[in-house]
Amino acid sequence: MPKRVEIPLGPQHPALKEPESFTLYLEGERVAASNVTIGYNHRGMEKACEQRSYIQDLYLIERTCGICSHSHTTAFITATEEVAGLEIPKRAKYIRVLVGELERVHSHLLWVGVAAHEIGFDSLFMYSWRDREIVMDILAMLTGGRVQYSINTLGGVRRDVSESQKEQILKAVDILEERTKYYIEVATTETTMMGRLKNVGGLTYDIAMRFHASGPLARASGVTRDVRRDDPYLVYDELDFNVITNDGCDVFARVVVRALELMESYKLIRQAVKNMPDGDLTVKAPRKLPANEATVRYEAPRGEDIHYVRGNGTEKPERVKLRAPTMANLASISYMIDGGYLADVPIVIAAIDPCFSCTDRAISIKQIENGREDKMDWENLRKYSIDWYKKRGFDGHKIKLMH
Amino acid sequence: MLMSLFYIFIFPGILFLSIYGIILEFVDRKLFARFQNRVGPPWFQPLADFIKLMGKEGIIPTHSDKAMFKILPAFAIAAASVVILYLPIWSTNALYSFDGDLIVVLYLLTIPTVTFFLAGWSSSSLYATIGAVRTITQLFAYEVPLFMSLLGPAILADSWSFSGITEFYCNNPLMALANIPGFIVAIIAIQGKLERTPFDIPDAETEIVAGPFTEYSGRFLAFFRMSLDIEMIIGASIIAAVFLPFWSTNIWFGLLIYLVKTLLVVFILSLLRALMARIRIEQMVNFCWKFLAPLAILQILIDIIVKVLI
Repeated sequence: MPKRVEIPLGPQHPALKEPESFTLYLEGERVAASNVTIGYNHRGMEKACEQRSYIQDLYLIERTCGICSHSHTTAFITATEEVAGLEIPKRAKYIRVLVGELERVHSHLLWVGVAAHEIGFDSLFMYSWRDREIVMDILAMLTGGRVQYSINTLGGVRRDVSESQKEQILKAVDILEERTKYYIEVATTETTMMGRLKNVGGLTYDIAMRFHASGPLARASGVTRDVRRDDPYLVYDELDFNVITNDGCDVFARVVVRALELMESYKLIRQAVKNMPDGDLTVKAPRKLPANEATVRYEAPRGEDIHYVRGNGTEKPERVKLRAPTMANLASISYMIDGGYLADVPIVIAAIDPCFSCTDRAISIKQIENGREDKMDWENLRKYSIDWYKKRGFDGHKIKLMH
Repeated sequence: MLMSLFYIFIFPGILFLSIYGIILEFVDRKLFARFQNRVGPPWFQPLADFIKLMGKEGIIPTHSDKAMFKILPAFAIAAASVVILYLPIWSTNALYSFDGDLIVVLYLLTIPTVTFFLAGWSSSSLYATIGAVRTITQLFAYEVPLFMSLLGPAILADSWSFSGITEFYCNNPLMALANIPGFIVAIIAIQGKLERTPFDIPDAETEIVAGPFTEYSGRFLAFFRMSLDIEMIIGASIIAAVFLPFWSTNIWFGLLIYLVKTLLVVFILSLLRALMARIRIEQMVNFCWKFLAPLAILQILIDIIVKVLI
């Protein structure tokens, strides 16, 4: 048996945009085994949500992810509205769908660039990111923000879409459709790219089901699973679109699924613009929400996003739970990279479109001295931080606050 | 004596190579950027990078082989620079030439690659070690096709020196048409030698950080980068000398033709870099032995047949 070499890929590594640790055990260029460790980016979002009002939470939840920010707020606000028993106006629903699909376009184009960079195809990276600017500009025009749109509010949306804006959206979508067709042609005909993507990171239908893969990753393994069709939210039941699947089960299939999903998104954007009814943007929402609970599933660009909200009759939620889509897809990574080449590891990881920072809901502390791992709960974490500062000569208890 | 020193240190030695290397790096980066629809760096960027790196602290890893770690960049730059003395620049004659310098040049050209391997190996870092192993694996893939692609033209010219080969093809420019397969092989092999996309496997950024140079910093890294630039000049000059038979008796005009020829080669190399994705090491070895090597053998056959016919 050849000697195994252990190499760390992350938490800091050029292939990863966010900190996450993959330990690879190499035999030559082959990955014999791997180990995925999460928990480098715990931000305590859920706990923080419990200490703020629903409206404040909305802005906090938006910062969960730097790319699918609208997905998280829409899922959260839909759950909150369910708790409150609100029915928002139809026009608001259409605007949420419109921004959601524009966000999907921006996320998938971003992914094309990242994936191309991982396999060293920087030209495609630059091209796709240049064209992504078109949709970013449209989003900035509609909402005022390129990344954090803040279009949702309790009971509706904050901004209207005017006729001239609609025209600009349609014009931009035409250009993007043209460009996407070009990218599909490049991805499916360029020899070196095909060589790098085909038969890499295999995930069969059965394994995808077993590991609960979601989103484009599952759909590229032939799983027809799309929340927009299975459990329609907002107005997706009124819109016409196809769920794209592919039986390739490899990274190439994931590229194809995302590329064709872009085309479906353009279709949805056109429909949303055309069918948008007139009407109010918001309904009046109470400040204090009843003791009630709701779970909402949302099809984010990366997969299924689940938010759970429980109210307790006050203006703050009692419990907020969010599960980002990457959490569902992370389980498959180890399976996909084992037995493959080291060179394929970055693209296989990138192929799930990971968003590690959104994923982390726990922190795990490893003692360097004895290698023991501890999970910390709230009390322990608080005690740990107080002790940590005390050891460095700072005692929080001695500070007198001015009242 | 004085003339020899001038040749070694000023032209076409270290000074010319450094300046032209920096210019070629700029041309390469600018072209690459324009192909990607970017603005690209300003003209002084490679020079600024070099000066900045020279000014930075050179960190030497504790566990590395310190003497090797420091000496290797100088080795790489020296081996690459010596080659220019045997290559024709402004006329068909090189400064120093003897029958068999073809072999010497190719041998000297292998040394920088071996130093990259040793650099990676002696820096005792995981990424650097993997990069080093990849460097040497890649060397075995492109080196033989490169040798064979130059062997064909040498057989046809009936000379084992670059000056002889250049002189033959300049006197019989049509003969160069027989060497087109060899030209393709040489361009691809040079791309592999310079470790550029699609053959930037040894320093694949997203996989193994910077490959053999992961632990390098400061002036050591600057010298390594400079040696790669000089290697690019040498590679372009070899292709210009063997496959592009244009020349002039006037020194200045000859020099201009040389610059145009090398810039053309760099243009092709940049275009290749922009057009493709990085391939895997086993795909690289497969490609080199299954396509490049047979193509190079075909080149030798063509040259032998042409030689018999004339």
